[in-house]
Amino acid sequence: MTIRLGGIIFGLGLTAVLLLWSLLPGALNFAFPEKPDYYAFQEKNISPEGGFSFEGPMGNWDTQQLQRGYQVYKEVCSACHSLQYVAFRNLEDLGYSEAEVRAEAASWMVPGIDDKDGSAIERPGIPTDYFPAPYANDVEARAFNNNAIPPDLSLITKARKDGVNYVYSLMQGYNEPDPADVAKSPDFETPPGLYFNEYFYNINIAMPPQLLPDIVTYADGTEATTEQMSADVTAFLTWAGEPSLIQRKQTGFFVIAFLLFATGLGFLSYKSVWAGMKPKKK
Amino acid sequence: MSFAWANQYEPKTDFTKWIDEKLPLPRLVYSAIGAGYPVPRNLNYMWNFGVLAGFFLVFQIITGVVLAMHYAANTEVAFGQIEHIMRDVNYGWLMKYGHANGASFFFMVIYLHIFRGFYYSSYKAPREMIWLLGVVIFLLMMATAFMGYVLPWGQMSFWGAKVITGLFGAIPFIGEPLQVWLVGGYAPNDSTLNRFFSLHFLLPFVILGVVILHIWALHIPGSSNPSGVEVKKESDTVPFHPYYTAKDGWFLGLILTFFATMVFFAPNLLGHPDNWVEANPLSTPALIVPEWYFYPFYAILRAFTGDLTIPFTGIVLIEAKLLGVIAMFASILVWFFLPWLDKSPVRSGAYRPLFKKFFWVFVVCMAGLFYLGGAKPEEPFIVLSQIFTAYYFLHFLVILPIVSQIEIPKPMPFSITEAVLGRDDDAGSPPTPPAAGKPDSDAPDGALQPAE
Repeated sequence: MTIRLGGIIFGLGLTAVLLLWSLLPGALNFAFPEKPDYYAFQEKNISPEGGFSFEGPMGNWDTQQLQRGYQVYKEVCSACHSLQYVAFRNLEDLGYSEAEVRAEAASWMVPGIDDKDGSAIERPGIPTDYFPAPYANDVEARAFNNNAIPPDLSLITKARKDGVNYVYSLMQGYNEPDPADVAKSPDFETPPGLYFNEYFYNINIAMPPQLLPDIVTYADGTEATTEQMSADVTAFLTWAGEPSLIQRKQTGFFVIAFLLFATGLGFLSYKSVWAGMKPKKK
Repeated sequence: MSFAWANQYEPKTDFTKWIDEKLPLPRLVYSAIGAGYPVPRNLNYMWNFGVLAGFFLVFQIITGVVLAMHYAANTEVAFGQIEHIMRDVNYGWLMKYGHANGASFFFMVIYLHIFRGFYYSSYKAPREMIWLLGVVIFLLMMATAFMGYVLPWGQMSFWGAKVITGLFGAIPFIGEPLQVWLVGGYAPNDSTLNRFFSLHFLLPFVILGVVILHIWALHIPGSSNPSGVEVKKESDTVPFHPYYTAKDGWFLGLILTFFATMVFFAPNLLGHPDNWVEANPLSTPALIVPEWYFYPFYAILRAFTGDLTIPFTGIVLIEAKLLGVIAMFASILVWFFLPWLDKSPVRSGAYRPLFKKFFWVFVVCMAGLFYLGGAKPEEPFIVLSQIFTAYYFLHFLVILPIVSQIEIPKPMPFSITEAVLGRDDDAGSPPTPPAAGKPDSDAPDGALQPAE
C-alpha cells in the first residue's frame, strides 16, 4: 500500500512539474511561434533515369561506369578531396588487370622516404599504397579552400542521408535560385566565395561547380556531360564507400534461400510435433 | 523446482550414466530446457521472444569477440579500424553489420518480451524475481549498447557519448567531478574509448550471468501463460522438448530471415549517416540522437524544457536538465515497482477489460515516444513528447494502482486445459456451456486464482 501511495504521489508530482513548468510555457510559445529560420530552397535528391546499376537486390557494378567515375575522381575531385580508405590494389574491382593496377598506382605520387638518407620524398605509388591526400593537414586544406575543409570521399555516399542520390544531386545543384523561393526567404543571400546549391544542407556551399561539360575526356569515348560525369563519379564513390556491396547482396540471396528452406522444414516439424494436441479453439 | 509429473532424466548408456554420476550437466539441461521441463500448453507466440533474446545475446557475443580481434580502442585509429574490418577482413562487413543490426534485433525482441510481460502481468507473484532480474538485464543491455555505439568513433559516437555522460553533470554537488571521473576527462577521449571498450567486452558476460539467474528464477514457479491461470495438473502442460523447441525453432528461423534481409540488403537502415564520419570534437552534428532503441527514454529526457522555479521569484529549485535526468532514470526504475503497483489478482490482460484499454493507450504512448525521441527538437514534437511523457508516468504510477483497485475482472477459466479445450473434466462446478466455448462466457468465479 505504501508503494502504491508513494507511486501515486511521485507520479502526480512529476507530471505536474512537467505539465506546469515545461508544457505550459512551451505551449504558449507553440501557440504564438516566433518566425522560423526558414529556407524555401532545399530540394529532394534526384537520381539518374533508370537508377544506378548497383541498386536493388539484384544490382551489380557497371565496371565501365566505375572506370569512368575513377577517371573523374582522378582528374577532378582528387585535386582537393582525399580517398584515404581506398588502396590502389582495390582498383582491381573496377575490372583492371593486375598490370594495369600497377601502372595506375605508379601514376600517383605518394609520400615516402628516401632509401639512403631517410628524408621525406615523393615516390610513385605501388598497389598496396593508399590514395594520397591532396593536403598535408587540415590547416593547409583550409588555407587553400577559403576556410573550408574538403571532406574525405571514401565514405561520402554512406555519410550523408540518401547519400548516393545526394552526391549525384549535389554535382548538378549549381543552379540559379528559383525567384519564387527567393521571395519566400527575403534574407537569403550567397556570400562571396560560396556558391548556391539547392541540394546542400546549408544552401551555400564552398565547393565551386566542378563537373563542367567536357572537363574530362573519357577514355571510352562517352560524352562527358555534367549528368554523365555526376552519375559516373557517384557510382565510383559508392564502390569506394563499400567495395563489398555486391558481394553482400549476392551472399544475402543464398543465406535467405537457406533460411527460408530451414524455416519451412522447422514449421513442418512444429506442425507434426503439435499434431497430437487438441486444436486450440477460435 | 518443477512439477511432480515432470519427466526425469534417465541416462541410457554407460557413458551417460558415468557422466550423470560425476557431473549431472545433461540432467540439468534436460530439466531446464528439455523434456523434463513441463510448460503450459497454451503459450502463444508472444512467449517466443525470451528464447530469441537468448539467441541474440549469444550471437552478439560471438560476432563481438570476432570484431574485437580486429579492433583497436584508440581514438587515432578506431574509425579506420572499422574500415579495415569492412574492407580487408574476410567477411568483416558481415561481422560488423551483423553485430550492429544484431543489437537492433536484440532490443526489438526484448521490447516485445517486456510488453508481453506488461500485458499478461508476468511480473506478478510468484514471478516478481524473474521480472526484477529482467529489468536488471535491460539496464545492463542499455549500458552495453550505449558503450558499444561509441566504439566506431564516428560523429554520433562521440557526440552521443558527450551528451549521455553529460547527464551525470546534472547531479547536484558531485555531478561535475563524477562526470570527469566517468569520462576520464572533460570530453570523450582516448581514456573514454578504452574504458568503454573494456566494459563493452565485460558487460555481455555479466548479462549472461543474470540471464542464468533469470531462467533459474523462472523454473521455480514455471512459465506463465496467456490465461493467467496457474498450472494445476499434467494436462495443462506439455514437455518443453519437443513441443516448444519445435515452436521456438521455426520461429527463430522466421526472425532470422527478417534479420538476414536487414543485414544483407539494408544494413544501414537503422543507423545514422553521421556515424560514417570520423569523430570531430570541433564539429557538432545538426541533430544528436542515440540509436533508435533509446528513443523513448531520450524523448522523456528532452521533454523537460523548463526549470522548476518558484513562480514570479525567479528562484530555481531544480534545473530542467536534472528534471529530465531524474525522469529518464525513473522511467525505467518504475518497472522495478511494477509487481507492487499493480495489485489486481488477475494476471492476463484478456480478463481485465479496463486494464486492457489503458494498456493499448500505453502502447500508443510508447510508439509516440519512439517516434519523438528521434525527431528534431521543435514544435509540435516537444509538446507531444511532454504529453506522452506525462502519460507514461501516469500509466504506471497512477492508472495501474487505481485500475487494479476498481476493476471488475471477467470470469476466468478453471484451468489451462479449459482455456484451451473449452471444457475441463476436473472442474468442480458445471462446465462452460459448450455453445459459447469462450473463456469469458461464464466460467465459475471460484476458478480465480488471486495472486496475493
